Amino acid sequence: MEPGSAFFMVMMAMIGGAIRVSTPFLFVALGEMITERAGRINLGLEGTLVLGAMSAYATSYQTGSPWLGVLVAGLAGMTMGMLHAAICRLPKVNDIAVGIALMLFGTGIAFFFGKPYIQPSAPRLPSIPLGGWSDNPQVAEALKINPLFLIGIALAFFLAWALKNTRAGLILRVTGDSEVAARALGHSVALVRLAATGFGGFLAGIGGAFLSLYYPGSWNEGLSSGQGLMAVALVIFARWHPIRCMLAALLFGAAGALGPALQSIGITQGYYFFNAAPYILTLFLMIGSAGSKKALRDAPGELSLTR
Amino acid sequence: MTFDLLSRRALLKGTAAGVAAASFGFPGALRAATNVTIGIVYVGPKDDFGWNQAHAVSIGALKATPGVKIIEEENVPETAAVAKSMESMINLEGANLVLATSFGYFNPFMVDVAKKYPKVTLRHAAPLWEKGKHPDNAGSYFGYLDQAHYVNGVAAGLSTKSNKIGFVAAKPISSVLRNINSVLWGARSVNPNATVQVIFTGDWALPVREAEAANALIGAGCDVLTCHVDSPKVVIETAERRGIKSLGHNASQAPLAPKGFITGAEYKWETIYKVFADAIAKGQTVPNVVFGGYDKDMVRNTAFGAGAEEPARKAAMAAIADLKANKPILKGPVKDNKGNVVLPNASYDNFDRVLDGMNFLAEGVVGSIT
Repeated sequence: MEPGSAFFMVMMAMIGGAIRVSTPFLFVALGEMITERAGRINLGLEGTLVLGAMSAYATSYQTGSPWLGVLVAGLAGMTMGMLHAAICRLPKVNDIAVGIALMLFGTGIAFFFGKPYIQPSAPRLPSIPLGGWSDNPQVAEALKINPLFLIGIALAFFLAWALKNTRAGLILRVTGDSEVAARALGHSVALVRLAATGFGGFLAGIGGAFLSLYYPGSWNEGLSSGQGLMAVALVIFARWHPIRCMLAALLFGAAGALGPALQSIGITQGYYFFNAAPYILTLFLMIGSAGSKKALRDAPGELSLTR
Repeated sequence: MTFDLLSRRALLKGTAAGVAAASFGFPGALRAATNVTIGIVYVGPKDDFGWNQAHAVSIGALKATPGVKIIEEENVPETAAVAKSMESMINLEGANLVLATSFGYFNPFMVDVAKKYPKVTLRHAAPLWEKGKHPDNAGSYFGYLDQAHYVNGVAAGLSTKSNKIGFVAAKPISSVLRNINSVLWGARSVNPNATVQVIFTGDWALPVREAEAANALIGAGCDVLTCHVDSPKVVIETAERRGIKSLGHNASQAPLAPKGFITGAEYKWETIYKVFADAIAKGQTVPNVVFGGYDKDMVRNTAFGAGAEEPARKAAMAAIADLKANKPILKGPVKDNKGNVVLPNASYDNFDRVLDGMNFLAEGVVGSIT
């Protein structure tokens, strides 16, 4: 690959895009994956993401510490997740309806409390310049990596291992696959789901913190353009597996960079189509993957989608 | 459904007035306290460092006018929602002047509301109203921001070393295309080798894609960046972080880029809102059409930032003086970037109506409308 060539530039932009854009998808998707493996769908993560973005930015601005902002965003997300779990525990409550309600609630309170923080500039998360070895500015820029991205990748591998090999992972899976079996083993289904949804919310909140504190790195009311909702869709197409969630998030981020990158090298016709690339891609991958018998086997048995 | 809702609103309003009249005794005094109620609708948050902020700050000029009450509503989408917002301002709050500040509010929403409430005055912030075609109680007001973008271009032409100016644009509509072309014409007036590279994001506020577009333009070698999106915060901050220069749009973004900010194109809505306020104070009707550029003090450029070097400042000031004197900035014949002659005359007045419906990218702009 010739540095400076058009193809090289698009490739670098897509790799850079995967690294920059995918992190919120990665965190939300991993969080939702855990929640769904416990047998419940939390559609409210879009609201959690926005609330996380706002609280992270506000905390970073007030305290001067972006990492504290990340923590507060996680805790705010966890509260939202646990609220979802607590409401869904009541008899005859539909988790999807509660999720939609909480999505609107989360964005609502984020906008309400976020008003004073649109104007000021808060300290941002640092990045690690892993591309320092290259004197090509495009490579150097693409490889400026935020620690949260690395944490997200590590988390995906850790969760994949933990789901398979730990007691907590086993309890989670059994709760998601069969409530009856979980009860017979002496586990509280409600408690497991409370923990799983709370954990999912925690991760989604951190995803939001990445949006407001790193990329694009400022808080305003149009910050999330449906990333939280797309991440929920990614979980289904990743068939509830952490590693596949990670790959899906990376693919989605790279596809998102395609539109601007192609315009920057002069392929300017049809940019509406290229901007829609991530969504078209998801649609096709979902059609492709959902039809197989394997997809059904991977789905948690207690999920209201599959039950 | 809508009818039921409105009649209930009308009922509520009537009841509230009745209660107020009963409790105060003389409703006349109550009405005298505020004779004009102005409703203003924004498409985004009113502190967005951009379009909406420019309006919200300027509306302050009217707040000070005695007898004027302002009602504001933010984050109103360009859908039937805006018609509902305007109707509730008229029915519930008694607004008699409604300002719709976003491009997509006009047709059909504002036009329909204007037809339904012939006694209410409605004004829209884009050059879309036409006499005879649209209701007489509607109208337009607009600043020719392309003139300030031309000045941006002049400063950019002398600031760029790679001769590539990046432009992050929302949608390929006439006012956006005109701003893009004006940056190019400004830059070419001082630097014949300058080009403008444009990336369209597809919508007014998409922060992540705006950041991606800014990064892609910088990757393609642009060393000065500007934009036409609702909130330029992300683009300006991205340029600053990547260590290149930037030009603002809509409102002042100077605080966001302490190192690289050159200047910015800003509306001076307060000039227009003052015209409205004066007319209202004198009991006159607000003019249907209020248009202007530098000649009428309706646009301005942000005070130079640290990114503006001496030659750029001088050339920009000279361009502003020319615009104030109404010197034509556009020299024809003009070709689009596909090679077709689109404006055959040798010169065009800055306010020539032909330029209003601009639907091309000029020769020297890298990009495509479709």
